[in-house]
Amino acid sequence: MSLPSDASRPVSVDEIVERGSSPAHDAWLRLRQNRLAVFGAGTLLVVALACCLGPLLSPYGYEETRLELGASAPGLRHWLGTDVLGRDLLVRMLYGGRISLAVGLSATVVALTIGVVYGAVAGFFGGKLDSLMMRAVDILYSLPFTIFVILLMVFFGRNIILLFVAIGAVEWLTMARIVRGQVMSIKQMEFVEAAHALGFGRRRILFHHILPNVLGPIIVYTTLTIPSVMLLEAFLSFLGLGVQPPMSSWGVLIKDGAEKMEEFPWLLLFPGTVFSLTLFSLNFLGDGLRDALDVRSSKD
Amino acid sequence: MLRFITSRLLQSLLALYLIVTATFFMLRFVPGGPFTTEKAVPREILRNLEAHYGLNQPLPRQYLNYLGSLLHGDFGPSFKYSNRTVNEILADKLPVSLELGLWSLGVALLLGLSLGIIAALRRNTWADYLATAVGTIGLSVPTFVIGPLCVLAFAIHLGWFSASGWDFPSDRVLPSLVLGLAYAAPISRLTRGGLLEVLHQDYIRTARAKGASEFRVVWKHALRGGLLPVVAYLGPATAGILTGSFVIETIFQIPGLGREFVTSAFNRDYTLVLGTVILYAALIMALNLLADIVQAWMNPKVRLE
Repeated sequence: MSLPSDASRPVSVDEIVERGSSPAHDAWLRLRQNRLAVFGAGTLLVVALACCLGPLLSPYGYEETRLELGASAPGLRHWLGTDVLGRDLLVRMLYGGRISLAVGLSATVVALTIGVVYGAVAGFFGGKLDSLMMRAVDILYSLPFTIFVILLMVFFGRNIILLFVAIGAVEWLTMARIVRGQVMSIKQMEFVEAAHALGFGRRRILFHHILPNVLGPIIVYTTLTIPSVMLLEAFLSFLGLGVQPPMSSWGVLIKDGAEKMEEFPWLLLFPGTVFSLTLFSLNFLGDGLRDALDVRSSKD
Repeated sequence: MLRFITSRLLQSLLALYLIVTATFFMLRFVPGGPFTTEKAVPREILRNLEAHYGLNQPLPRQYLNYLGSLLHGDFGPSFKYSNRTVNEILADKLPVSLELGLWSLGVALLLGLSLGIIAALRRNTWADYLATAVGTIGLSVPTFVIGPLCVLAFAIHLGWFSASGWDFPSDRVLPSLVLGLAYAAPISRLTRGGLLEVLHQDYIRTARAKGASEFRVVWKHALRGGLLPVVAYLGPATAGILTGSFVIETIFQIPGLGREFVTSAFNRDYTLVLGTVILYAALIMALNLLADIVQAWMNPKVRLE
C-alpha cells in the first residue's frame, strides 16, 4: 500500500455533510477505517470462499483414505499433510469449515429470530407482559444451559438439525434483552407517536417503523453471536457430541488432532489455527461494526 | 436487602424445581435405558433389575419418590456402578472439580484485574496493547486448542509438568492456567472499561482536588465503582468455568465431576445424570445469587430497584 488509499483517509464531518451521505454510508466509511475489522472481513471472505470452492478444485475427496500413506507431514502433494488414515488434511479442513460455518450461520438465524421477536414484543407492549417475559429470560439466564445441550445431544442422537436448534435455543437470550431495550427507547420517539396518530395498527408500527431502527444493534450482535455459536459447536464436537464421522467440522478435527498431537502435531496445529483465526476475525468485525454503527455496548 | 435476597432465593428454588422435573421426564422419555446393552438381557433379569431400582412403578410414583428422597438429600443408587450411591460418587468427584474451578477463578481474577487496571491507568501505552492482545487471544482461541498446545509445549517437549492426572500439586498448574486464561480476557476488558468510565467522573476529580494520593484515588475511590461490571460478570464466569471444566478434565484426564457427567450421560445412568445436573444447577444458581448480592451491596442503585 504505497499510495494513500481512500479507506485509510480520515473522513471529516464537513465532507460527509457536503456529500450528503446516508447513515449507512457513514457507518461504512467508519468501518473501512478500522484496520482490524477490514482484516477480519477479508479473512472471513477468504475462508468462506475457500471452504465453498476449495473442495471442487482439490484432487482428493474428504473420505478418500490411503492407509499405506498414513499420517504424512505437510508436503508438496498434500499441502497440510494427511491424517492417520491417509486422508488429505486440507480437504478435510475445507469440508469441516463448511459444516462449522453452516452451523454457525443457521444456529445464529434461529437465535436471531427467537430473540428479535421475543425482545420486540416484550419491549413494545411493556407493562405486566414485559416484566413476565423478562423475568423468564432472567431465570433462563441463570440455568446451566450447556448441560442441557449436552443432555439433548446424548439422548436424541447427534443429528445436525438438532444441533442447530439446540444451540440457537441457548443463544437467543442476549439478543432478546438488547432488542427489548432498544424498542423501549425508540417507541417513545415522536415518529412512532405520529404513526399512532395516523392510525396504523400496532403490528405495522412495530415491524415497519420501530424494528428497522433497531437494525444496527441487531447486525452487531448477530456478528458477535456467530463466533460464540461456532465455539459451542466445536465444544460439543470436542466432547464427541457434535458432528459425527465421516462428516467433520473444525471441532472434530481439533479433537482428532489433540489425540494424535504427540506424533503428528500438524493435525492439531492447522485446524486449531484456522478455527481461532476465524473466531478472531468475527470478533474483530463485530467490534468494528459496533464502533461504526455507534451501538452502546453492554459488554464493556 | 432482605426482601431482595428472599425473592431471589425463591426464584432460584423455583428454577431448581423446574430443572429437576424437566430433566427427570426428559430422561424417561428417551429411547434406551441404563440396562440397554449390546447383548440381549434375559427378560426376567431385566424385570428384576427394574424392580430393584423401582423402575417398574408408574412414572408419577417414581417422580414423587425421587422428589421425596431428594428432600432428604438422597440422590439414590447409581444404575451403572452397582453398590455405589450417587451421593458417594458426587462426594468423590466434586472436590476435584471445585479445586480446579477455584484455582481457575483465581487465575482469571488475578490476571484479568491486574491487566485491566494497568491497561486503564496506562491507556494507549504498550501495557494497554499487551492487555488487549492477551484479551483477544483469550477470547478467540478456545480452551480446547490452547489446552492441547500447552500439553504439547510444556509437558511433552519441555517436560515441566506431567501431561495428565491430578496427583501432585504441579498437576494443578496447566489446567488452571488454561481455564483461567479464557475468563481473564473478559474480566480485563470489563475492568478497563469500568475504570476508564469512573476515572472521568466528578467524585474522582474531587478526590484528587482534596489531595488524595494517586494510589488512594485508584484503590479507594475508583475501584469500587469501576469494578461493578466485573462483579456482575462473576456469576456467568463461574458458570462458564464449571462447564468449561468438562473439556479441561477431558484434556488433562482429571477425575472430576465434569468428566463423570459426560460419561454418565453416555451410560444413561439416570440417577447419576440427575444428581450431577441438580448439583451443577444449584452451584451455578448459588454463585449467581452471591454475585448479585455482592453487586447490590456495592451499588446502591441496584439495591433500590
